[in-house]
Amino acid sequence: MEQQTAMNEVVKTDQEGKRIAERFQYIVIRLGDEQYGIDIRYIDNIVRMQNITRVPKVPAYLKGVINLRGEVIPIVSIRLKMGLAADEYGRATRIIILKSEVSGSLGIVVDEVREVVTLSEDDIERLSHESKDGHSSFINGVGKNGGELISLLDLNAITLDENS
Amino acid sequence: MDVSQYLEIFLDETKEHLQNLNTQILNLETDAENMDTINEIFRAAHSLKGMAGTMGYKRMQTLTHDMENVFSEVRNGNIKVQPEMIDVLFQCLDALEEYTNNIQSTADEGTNDNEPLIKLLNDILTGGGKAEEPEAKSGSAPAESGASGDKKWNEIALDDSQIHVITEAAKMGKAAYGITVTVQDSCILKAARAFLVFKAVEEKGDIIVSNPSTQDVEDEKFDRDFTLIVLSEAPLEDIIKAACNVSEIADVTGAPLVLEETKNYRPMEEPAAAPAAEAEPVKAEKKPAAEEKTQAPAAKANEKKPAVSKPVVNRTVRVDIEKLDVLMNLVSELIIAKNSLVSASGQEQNSNSGFNEQIEYLESVTTNLHESVMKVRMVPIESVVNKFPRMIRDLSKTLNKKMELYMSGEETELDRTVVDEIGDPLMHLLRNSADHGLEDAELRARRGKPPVGSIFLDAYQDGNNVVIEVRDDGNGIDVEAVRNKAIERGTITAEQGATMSEKEIIDLLFLPSFSTAKKVTDVSGRGVGLDVVKSKIESLSGEVEVKSRLGEGSTWTIRLPLTLAIIQALMVVVGNEKYAISLGSIQAIEDLLPSDIKLVENKEVINLRGVVIPLIRMNELLDIESSRQADESLIVVIVKKGDRMAGLVVDDLLGQQEIVIKSLGAYIKQCKFISGATILGDGEVALILDANALL
Repeated sequence: MEQQTAMNEVVKTDQEGKRIAERFQYIVIRLGDEQYGIDIRYIDNIVRMQNITRVPKVPAYLKGVINLRGEVIPIVSIRLKMGLAADEYGRATRIIILKSEVSGSLGIVVDEVREVVTLSEDDIERLSHESKDGHSSFINGVGKNGGELISLLDLNAITLDENS
Repeated sequence: MDVSQYLEIFLDETKEHLQNLNTQILNLETDAENMDTINEIFRAAHSLKGMAGTMGYKRMQTLTHDMENVFSEVRNGNIKVQPEMIDVLFQCLDALEEYTNNIQSTADEGTNDNEPLIKLLNDILTGGGKAEEPEAKSGSAPAESGASGDKKWNEIALDDSQIHVITEAAKMGKAAYGITVTVQDSCILKAARAFLVFKAVEEKGDIIVSNPSTQDVEDEKFDRDFTLIVLSEAPLEDIIKAACNVSEIADVTGAPLVLEETKNYRPMEEPAAAPAAEAEPVKAEKKPAAEEKTQAPAAKANEKKPAVSKPVVNRTVRVDIEKLDVLMNLVSELIIAKNSLVSASGQEQNSNSGFNEQIEYLESVTTNLHESVMKVRMVPIESVVNKFPRMIRDLSKTLNKKMELYMSGEETELDRTVVDEIGDPLMHLLRNSADHGLEDAELRARRGKPPVGSIFLDAYQDGNNVVIEVRDDGNGIDVEAVRNKAIERGTITAEQGATMSEKEIIDLLFLPSFSTAKKVTDVSGRGVGLDVVKSKIESLSGEVEVKSRLGEGSTWTIRLPLTLAIIQALMVVVGNEKYAISLGSIQAIEDLLPSDIKLVENKEVINLRGVVIPLIRMNELLDIESSRQADESLIVVIVKKGDRMAGLVVDDLLGQQEIVIKSLGAYIKQCKFISGATILGDGEVALILDANALL
């Protein structure tokens, strides 16, 4: 439901062409010491860590595949993809299943799922895609939630640059 | 009126009817007297006409209407089936198919009126009648038997007083007309429409006879049409027009009444002067008017089926294949859930027996459910192969070779996705056999073969495979010619050519570079687009083989997995991972000692009963530690693709299992020897090794 509302809000403001504080919902996740936000509209599901079947001869950040209710879903380690240390699976580790129209569903491994926050457009500082140094290219904005800063993940960068 | 929602059903059913017509007309060609066939054709044509009319495709309707007229005459025995007529009918079917294709791609039937065809049909109608009854008066011949669909008024038994009235009226300048009014299939208030027709006609003249009787018509005791005999001073056209103006009237035909042709007629008067041939153009004129009205009540078409009985068709429901996939996934989930229940119950030592019983029950239900869902995806290959007899017939005419197609096993079932794809390759092979395989009549005679060439299409199930064989008794493949051409073209060197076996040479035909060369195919007699056939079949996880004897014919064997969704697989362990290998590609499983391994060109091979087979260490290929020690014995799975073999060294065998193939998705595509994944009973994912890619 929340997801639905978030979408409606966006659509409405788009139609009217006004900028009356668009509001977006983000799921806040933790990777190491940093907090990241994932746009809730792209999230299909959040599941507990489970046994991942390794697929040979693929880049290291492709951890393998899992069975999600009869579907085989590839799992990506964003830590490895962003050049961070390899994942350490713990009790809080979760797999977030993203919906992607281009390449089908995809799971990403995160250290912890914290909360859902609602950010208005004014709280978000958009970043250009120019900065390609290190993992900053995986981020397309920074959101201010109270006193905390949340890096907003650019999901296209995670799901798409696969084919390059 | 929006009929777009019915478009899909319309297309499906139209294709079915067209296929049916094709088959039946073929039958008719060989057995012109078969009443069942003729009836079947008539029904199919009639349904087509009704459907096209309902959807508002007028050109299609016009054409089918005229075809139906011809069939109707054939059915009534007024026209004999002749080869030219069959040709025209086939052309009509092609034209209808063209309409259908247009409709499918653009929702519009196109603008081709096919007037020449319609004219040919009408020629058959009139000309055919003449040929039959040369002594009959112009054009009225088809009605001679009295049972004519068009001239039902002749069936009416006139009593003396009525005949008297008619003859008297004629003297007063009133002509007698016979008129048949057909109400639309979809018409609900038939009696009311009929009443309006009566009223309209009575304004123009006097109705002296009605069949069924006026009372019956008012009580709706008639099927779709009723026939009137009208006395009028007005021209026939005016009366027909008046009747046509009533809505929901499908068709009005009329002609001057010829007393001699009516039932019970006792000769007393002069033959009616007006030639009945006039009736034909009158009728044609009326049609557009009637058709315009067909569109309006189209929505009701589904409520009422045509009065004629439909051909026997399987009782089926069309289901979107995606819905089946969803169902399939749900069943897989159910099985996984059931398996975890089973393992949970196994751990509980003290669990009561009632619980176990229920688990077992659940197990049998899920297994059955699984099987049924699998079966739903299977369809007979009939739908594909049915069009071939017609194709061979046409080829026979164009190539001017006599040939006959014998088919068996049309009921063999395959996965829906495979059936949809297999048509083109089969057509290719059949064309090949007809065009290049069968010799011309002269050569056949010299070889002592029967003048009519035979092509066989046999399908049957063989274990988990379906085999389709295309066989001909033609020339076979001239291996030497292929060899020479291959050397000439530089596909192989002369030395290679000398050492290659016959089979290897024949396999050259499947090479893309080879088969596209026209010149080669002229000499070899084979090969147009065989590479396409091969790649198509391989994309369906199948394989194609050819066996040939020069001068005796060739056999092309296509082997396809029963379904793409499920395969029988051998589960193996490499390191600590489980992999599935399709059972179809496994030749043998061998237990070998490390000392059996030889080195050839620094590659590991084994000599297995005289055959040297290269070894592939799966743990190295898959980048994983083997769980076996170097000095332990080796488990080698021998896989085979065509003539090539390889031994896959695995750590352990888990046994045979039926697995559901799942795609790894677009995201993972780097790995070419992994063809997919499957979900095991415990919910884990195992990858499927593609043995073909390893070879």
